[in-house]
Amino acid sequence: MTVATVWAIIIVLGVGTFLIRFSFLGLIGRRPMPEWVLRHLRYTAVAVLPGLVAPLVLWPQATAGQPDPARILAALATVGAGLWTRSVLGAMGAGALALYLVLGAEALL
Amino acid sequence: MAALAPFGLLFGVAATEAGLGLGAAMGFSIGVIAGASQFTAVSLMADGAPAVVVVLTALAVNLRMAMYSAALAPHLGAAPVWQRALAAYALFDSSYACASQAYPRHPHWSMRDRLMYFAGAAGPAIPMWLLVTATGSALGATIPGWLALDFAVPICFLAMVAPGLRTLPQVAAAVTSVAGALALAWVPYSLGLLIAAILAMAVGAEVERRLTGRLA
Repeated sequence: MTVATVWAIIIVLGVGTFLIRFSFLGLIGRRPMPEWVLRHLRYTAVAVLPGLVAPLVLWPQATAGQPDPARILAALATVGAGLWTRSVLGAMGAGALALYLVLGAEALL
Repeated sequence: MAALAPFGLLFGVAATEAGLGLGAAMGFSIGVIAGASQFTAVSLMADGAPAVVVVLTALAVNLRMAMYSAALAPHLGAAPVWQRALAAYALFDSSYACASQAYPRHPHWSMRDRLMYFAGAAGPAIPMWLLVTATGSALGATIPGWLALDFAVPICFLAMVAPGLRTLPQVAAAVTSVAGALALAWVPYSLGLLIAAILAMAVGAEVERRLTGRLA
């Protein structure tokens, strides 16, 4: 990817993101959004992020695409702790802990 | 706010791993200033996805902010346009969460009060975000391989999503997203994720519609 492409991505993504944020504030949203649009927007983050992560968990590049127990267990620990504690930091900590415990155990064996 | 530091640090590292220098990492954090979409973009760039797919998928992550914008418009709509533009630039998950709870609780607030509150909620996050991005970018190359930092992005995203999986529609959307992305991994140009995301959004919305229909 060339430097120009990288900056083109940054600029278009930056402008696009600003326009999304400015949309209703800019229009002084007197007109309420239709309910079906709101209903879809509620699920944007949860619709994209898990799908982005799934291949990285099952087929990590670091192991040449081979499923790796440490990464799978770390992902499960992150989701489990997130559901249990309802805390982003708690989930991150649990995931990192599981990853290093299993990687460490593998290195010792 | 507390989750911002590791997240920004890891974004800086992920950007370095994707071959981006300090300038480009800061470009993302200043110009886009939306962590999840920045990660999405950098991760797809590392995968060699075409620029159009990178932008579209990262924008899809940010579509939720249209909802934030609509929610705050009744409270900030009467402010001058440059102030609304500034608030829009600083409309993050965290500042939205604070403002959307505070405004209905304080209906007597003047426009000045509301804007000051928003500036207080959003302002400190900006220099912090830039500082941790720069730190992560500078550290990136020096971090040894055994730390397995390739897995920082998955852990971050799962940690962001999991605590929010409180309702059946959210779980249905997440499951569709995972299943769709894995089943469509063969689709060229990394388009499988975008298709899976659109499907997952529709599934979440439809499950919600049916649930509310049953309750009503």
